[in-house]
Amino acid sequence: MKRKHNIGYYLIKYKVFLIFAVLFIVMAVTSDFFLTKANLFNMLRQLSINGLLAVGMTFVLITGGIDLSIGAVLTFSAMVGCSFIRNDSPYPVIVCILVTIAIGITIGFINGVVIAKGNVPAFIVTLGTQLMASGGALLFNNGSPIPGLKDSYNTIGAGNILGIPLPIIIFLVVLLVGVLILKRTRFGRYTYAVGGNNLAAEACGINAAVVKIKVYVIAGLCAAIAGIVLSSRVKTATPLAGDGYELDAIAAVVLGGTSLSGGVGSMWGTVVGVLIIGLLNNGMDLLNVQSYFQDIIQGLIIVLAVFIDVNTNKKQR
Amino acid sequence: MSEILLEMKGIVKEFSGIRVLKEVPFTLKNGTVHALMGENGAGKSTLMKILNGTYLKDQGEIYIKGESVDIKNTSAAKKYGIAMIHQELSPFLDLSVASNMFMGREFLKNGTNLIDENKMNSECIKIFEGMKIEIPPKAIMRDLSVAQMQLVEIAKAVSTDAEIIIMDEPTSAITEEEVGKLFKVIDDLRNEGKGIIYISHKMDEIYQIADEITVMRDGTYVGCDSTKNLTYDQLISMMVGRSLDQQFHKTFHKPGEVLIEVKNLTRKEEFRNISFEVRSGEILGIAGLMGAGRTEIVETIFGLRKKDEGEILIEGKAVTINCPKDAIEKGVAFVSEDRKSIGLNLIGSIKENITLANLRKYCSLGTFIHMKEERETSDEYIKKLAIKTESRNKLTGELSGGNQQKVVIARWLSTNPKVMILDEPTRGIDVGAKAEIYKLMDDFAAQGNCVIMVSSEMPEILGMSDRVIVIHDGKITGSFYAKEATQEKILTAASGI
Repeated sequence: MKRKHNIGYYLIKYKVFLIFAVLFIVMAVTSDFFLTKANLFNMLRQLSINGLLAVGMTFVLITGGIDLSIGAVLTFSAMVGCSFIRNDSPYPVIVCILVTIAIGITIGFINGVVIAKGNVPAFIVTLGTQLMASGGALLFNNGSPIPGLKDSYNTIGAGNILGIPLPIIIFLVVLLVGVLILKRTRFGRYTYAVGGNNLAAEACGINAAVVKIKVYVIAGLCAAIAGIVLSSRVKTATPLAGDGYELDAIAAVVLGGTSLSGGVGSMWGTVVGVLIIGLLNNGMDLLNVQSYFQDIIQGLIIVLAVFIDVNTNKKQR
Repeated sequence: MSEILLEMKGIVKEFSGIRVLKEVPFTLKNGTVHALMGENGAGKSTLMKILNGTYLKDQGEIYIKGESVDIKNTSAAKKYGIAMIHQELSPFLDLSVASNMFMGREFLKNGTNLIDENKMNSECIKIFEGMKIEIPPKAIMRDLSVAQMQLVEIAKAVSTDAEIIIMDEPTSAITEEEVGKLFKVIDDLRNEGKGIIYISHKMDEIYQIADEITVMRDGTYVGCDSTKNLTYDQLISMMVGRSLDQQFHKTFHKPGEVLIEVKNLTRKEEFRNISFEVRSGEILGIAGLMGAGRTEIVETIFGLRKKDEGEILIEGKAVTINCPKDAIEKGVAFVSEDRKSIGLNLIGSIKENITLANLRKYCSLGTFIHMKEERETSDEYIKKLAIKTESRNKLTGELSGGNQQKVVIARWLSTNPKVMILDEPTRGIDVGAKAEIYKLMDDFAAQGNCVIMVSSEMPEILGMSDRVIVIHDGKITGSFYAKEATQEKILTAASGI
């Protein structure tokens, strides 16, 4: 028995996308420069960092957890990794990449183990690792950035393939892998099951602790990739690079309809959330909105969007 | 003396265009206990939620003592003297009994906003004394038994001068001794002239306590009569719309080889030296009172708890079961007592819930799910078990209790187990769905498997088991073949006399 849905049904179901569409049209009308290829690519390149973080965050939030450390992990892993790729260092690019990724995965693993095996709330554990990673990033080079990276490394952030900037391609690849894992693999299904009902998942023979550890590893990995993309794009690793980025990622994921209490969410929703935040930043820059105002408006729109989302999903009594 | 306290006329309620109540009438006299009966989904709860202001009616009228009233919300219902004791209580667990009793209407010290604890405690004692129950007002709610919490809830209703008290399955989670106490309280309330609406699936209770019975089916009013005019069979046929000659679908299968054997299973503090075996084709009933250790025993067999001593043999071989995964691999399945907390993912779809325990089977390389195969399997089980749904993608939380239970059973059948353990398989499920679940259990045993069924419902134990073991205080105190088992023998063993 299939029910036919009217247009109203789809409007309600995909309202976050509608919000994006409205913002997009508003920008296209108010700014001549907005729809140019240069600007759109620029916008996508900028939002690819938040996009990478949000892919990892989606997994974490679906299990009902949270990861406040990813911004700091981005910074710390890039600082250490980039110390291997200064102009005068003997190592090839791959060493820097592997070191960065290894750090991201390690911190994610520590987060996961303490949360899943040590039963410490995720908020506290990742707040702790956030502080430690930020401190470590500052300590690593006495608070100074690491500039003068090899050109071969900088290509990652500045290069193109078929005219498309590499950061965008990296984001798309990670996103598609994320979609595949979440929707099509056993682990992805277990992610939803653990977030939906941890006890029931365990009674089905699922090792919930392992699932949780894996999602924090994924979040750490995504943060490290974002660290590589960001440092190679600005050709410098700076010790405050990812400050507060975790909150943008959480905002994007929640905008995309993922529930903070776990069990519900989708990667495509996250993409729309990332697009909305990216569009807001880009649009307000184009319209010369003062940066203090930008924060206020962005905060307002995030709360408003989730308010609309939550209140139109309510079951009628 | 017996005057009409409440009259509901032609109540209609629609949810998204679907009429769930079709011009239902309901009349309650004061000084009576009025049972409201019907299968799950018959509309009893909806009708009661309209009465207590949770839902708004679409059509119809409500009269209290002959006066037309408009119940807009729950506080309006309270004002009209209507109180509801919900099936699942939601007290403030970490606050005291007195704080719970006077939540929202605390006594204040004169002229201040400070709470007068002493006055609340003494008023609380007064109310309890009036009801002849003893609960210390300073006790923390969490430390009370479910039955005591219920009494607090009833006392609260009484203390607000409620005249119409609705009780939704009040005995579903309390022991028989506590039921006795509850019934005494209900009896006193009746003598004081209150009207009590009593919702329950338990027939024996209805005959014990109710003066009148109203039956509903599929959102319509079927009939109303005094209890003494209705026989058990009449009542059943009113509820299901057909007469159930045999509620229990049980056939005898010649027992074959031993499928599972438990030897001296022990978990200190919970149970000791539990030994039994179950053969293919058999259903073993485990009877006993609440808290006797039955759930703990079966959860240990399934690996949800760790055993201290003892052995488990499956098809003659000793096996190690440390977690549910081990048990599933050995062909053991477990339908838990509480399907909401350790059974289903209520915000997951039917499909996801059915395949969850056996997902590897639908995966290539152990990783990638074959979506088509998964869809086909879930559709197959939805059909086989007659799960009522328009789609496999519907969330299990939106299903009725009976259909939720079928989803859990479908999940475990799909793992092709040899041993199916069911803990209270029909709790909170309507008569029709119960019969279907009994048939599923019987079919499963007929295919050369075995069933272990923990149940607190005597008719179920007697009707479905080939053999019965009785647990009291963590020990086996009785073991009977079906033909020699009687209610008296089981009860005697269960109370440890």
